[in-house]
Amino acid sequence: MRIELRVNGEPCEADVWAGESLLYVLRERLGYPGSKNACEQGECGSCSVLYDGKLVCSCLVLAAQADGHQVVTVEGLGEDGRLHRVQEAFVAAGAVQCGFCTPGLVVAAVDLLAHNASPNDDEIREALSGNLCRCTGYAKIFDAVRLAAGT
Amino acid sequence: MSVQLELGRVGEVVPREDGIPKVTGQFAYSSDLQAAGMLWGHTLRSPHSHARIVAIEISEAVTMPGVHAVLTHEDVPGEKLYGLEFQDQPVLAFERVRYFGEPVALVAAEHPEQARRAAERIRVAYEPLEPIVDAERATESESLHPERPTMGHGYRDDPRPNVVRSLVIRHGDPDAKGDVSVSGVYEVGIQDQAFLGPESGLAVPDGEGGVDVYVATQWLHVDRDQVAPCLGLQPEQVRIHLAGVGGAFGGREDLSMQVHGAMLALHTNRPVKVVYDRQESFVGHIHRHPAKIWAEHRATRDGKLVNVRVRILLDGGAYASSSTAVTSNAASFACGPYAVDNALIESLCVYTNNPPCGAMRGFGAVQVCFAHEAQMDKLAAELDIDPIELRLLNALGPGGSLPTGQRVTGALPVAEVIRRAAALPLPEPEELPRDPLRVPGGSGNTTRGEGVKRGVGFAVGFKNIGYSEGFDDYTAARVRLAADGNAEVHCAAAEVGQGVANVILQVARTELGTDDVTLAPHTTATVDSAGSASASRMTWMASGAVRDACRAALEERERNGGGEVDIERIYRHPRTSPLDPETGQTTGERSHVAYACAAMRVVAEVDVELGLTRVVWIGTAQDVGKAVNPQAVTGQIEGGTAQGLGLALMEEIQTRDGLITNASFTDYLIPTTLDMPPVVSELVEEAEPDAPYGAKGVGEPPTVVSTAAVVAALRAATGRDLARVPVRPDEIVGL
Ligand code: FES
Ligand code: FES
Repeated sequence: MRIELRVNGEPCEADVWAGESLLYVLRERLGYPGSKNACEQGECGSCSVLYDGKLVCSCLVLAAQADGHQVVTVEGLGEDGRLHRVQEAFVAAGAVQCGFCTPGLVVAAVDLLAHNASPNDDEIREALSGNLCRCTGYAKIFDAVRLAAGT
Repeated sequence: MSVQLELGRVGEVVPREDGIPKVTGQFAYSSDLQAAGMLWGHTLRSPHSHARIVAIEISEAVTMPGVHAVLTHEDVPGEKLYGLEFQDQPVLAFERVRYFGEPVALVAAEHPEQARRAAERIRVAYEPLEPIVDAERATESESLHPERPTMGHGYRDDPRPNVVRSLVIRHGDPDAKGDVSVSGVYEVGIQDQAFLGPESGLAVPDGEGGVDVYVATQWLHVDRDQVAPCLGLQPEQVRIHLAGVGGAFGGREDLSMQVHGAMLALHTNRPVKVVYDRQESFVGHIHRHPAKIWAEHRATRDGKLVNVRVRILLDGGAYASSSTAVTSNAASFACGPYAVDNALIESLCVYTNNPPCGAMRGFGAVQVCFAHEAQMDKLAAELDIDPIELRLLNALGPGGSLPTGQRVTGALPVAEVIRRAAALPLPEPEELPRDPLRVPGGSGNTTRGEGVKRGVGFAVGFKNIGYSEGFDDYTAARVRLAADGNAEVHCAAAEVGQGVANVILQVARTELGTDDVTLAPHTTATVDSAGSASASRMTWMASGAVRDACRAALEERERNGGGEVDIERIYRHPRTSPLDPETGQTTGERSHVAYACAAMRVVAEVDVELGLTRVVWIGTAQDVGKAVNPQAVTGQIEGGTAQGLGLALMEEIQTRDGLITNASFTDYLIPTTLDMPPVVSELVEEAEPDAPYGAKGVGEPPTVVSTAAVVAALRAATGRDLARVPVRPDEIVGL
């Protein structure tokens, strides 16, 4: 079937199979491989995107459902060629190692700060608890969120 | 705020050179690759842990929509067996399958779903066989590898069936008696590397019979040396290129899709991409060896260790992988970083029909550290000595020797890391009531914390840096200086997230005295081997090779009076020697090149009614030689600690009759932000004399020590033995 959606502000169209996830279509059909595929069953958060402004796991959204909706991926967070402050903070704080979790964590942190401009550590802990990272032990991810929040 | 992309030198905090592509989603991981005309490969795997293959029928599968190839063992063009150290593992199973998930057939199709559906139509007739799943009985069972692939390599000759390696270390008088003795039996479950980036890669035929494989791996050249013979090709016809790696931790040392993808690509003459899903990843790679360890420590009344007797049983699973080296590491480090004059250490690894095991961060030292540190605490309790004092009293250091007879010559500041970790101030106990998020199990709103007890644990551990036992361990680097002074560095050292790319650039900038340095793609095509990104060796080895190549390039340019230079250099660490097969003693000056140690203190709260745990705080001091990039070093410590905490509290591959029953992140849990406390890291910088810039590897010591330290805190909180990891809630409650 054919779907139309907006990805990072750009109108897109794709021919999809009924069973394909939004994640698959973003990655394999629309040229946005930034969202990652660490589990494809809603357990790791590596595929996190903003879907009509809400944080979702794109592996759990059927592509067919996304027809007519707005999606923001990690590729669409910066503005005018500049990094989003959360992206800058992740680099500066050393919150990236292999980086496979990073796109999902960056999107989740952007979502957190949009709702809570200066979260405390427990709030960060809770907000990011759906995003697995195997490399960092999370310490520098906390640092990055604090740095981006200016707290 | 803006990111300062400081082009730092050795010893400075340098943001990752791949940081910006990674935070913007531009970094190309092995699962992100695309090529025109690309097909998708899929692997059909065995549903049995042990079965005879009676017949494989592919005729229906080949007619399925979108299918371009269906291949079985009959289509393997060259050698049908491969292996990291011993050729004992079939590229595709023939005659029998020996583990759950063993690859049996391959499909290439236009859509990944078409490939999966076609694979379901391959009819494999199996005759199930009794699986060998009890490691303790493996040596009395039928032989899974009657041709005994690991025998005759200079190891002790153990004639029993299913022995992968058996090593006995006799040190001093193994019957020496002490005033007191404590014993225990310890068990470690199967841990998974659980890197987030699933196994994946793209194989592209070159049109002349050869193939390029873009893959996430840890050792490009040894992949090539295994892949080429299986394809019946010359090594130079197979080029392995590093694609973006989503974590490794030992789990990418063995081949995954490399031969399979290349077979499909050569057969169809199209690029073929293979991406495992999470379930396939859990069954498709080797794991950390589960272990059972019997230990007895004998000591004098005032706490000096007299004799340590340890028996270690490792379940290697169906194929050897790197089990022989793990067996030896477990034996080498079985006594911990303590001076022991007498020891008897028996380390045995067996073949079974359980999931194959091989390299994982800590490599044999993790399992024994859990046991020796529990024993040290037991001994301290028996003697009524402070456990930290007991460790200081027995601390190994330069001049001391290992049970293998090897004298410690380089830096090994065991007493110093103990003192530094012990001196870290502990957080104050927290009051109740408090935010449920800060109560064990509280995020589930199960309790207000009435049953919470606090415990403080301590542990010390160490392991080797670099390859041991006579292995020819080297790394090549190539430096090209352009006439305008710009430098290009080639090194096949795999950047797996640990930050070796930065190390290479920092070293090159330091040596060449310029910021104008680029790192060429990691590949087998332009430079010799770098060895594996494992054994905490890559920083040391890549630094040595890049340093030497840079210095040689500058000299050459000087000699030529300017102009272009292109020079390759090989770096080797001091030569090691094998262990004597009968006594386990080193046959030369050294069997390990160097060690790194760490001490860790853990505060945990345990709800003794619910059996739930919250680790509150971790403080650690680690022997790093020299921190090449302090931010990356603490990142390794924090991440390595999290993996050890995972093994202590939650991570275990579970099996029934050899079948993995929890191959998902729903059922195999790894630590989240809710599980990880803050980690305070002290870097102990005592330069390693043989290492470039004095730098040691840093990735493994935190994983070695943290499992032991976390469980020590749980024991302190509960008063229970907790002799098995991961600790289960019912063991905490005492059910
Ligand atoms: S890939 Fe979507 S949650 Fe893991
Ligand atoms: S940086 Fe590797 S998974 Fe988070």
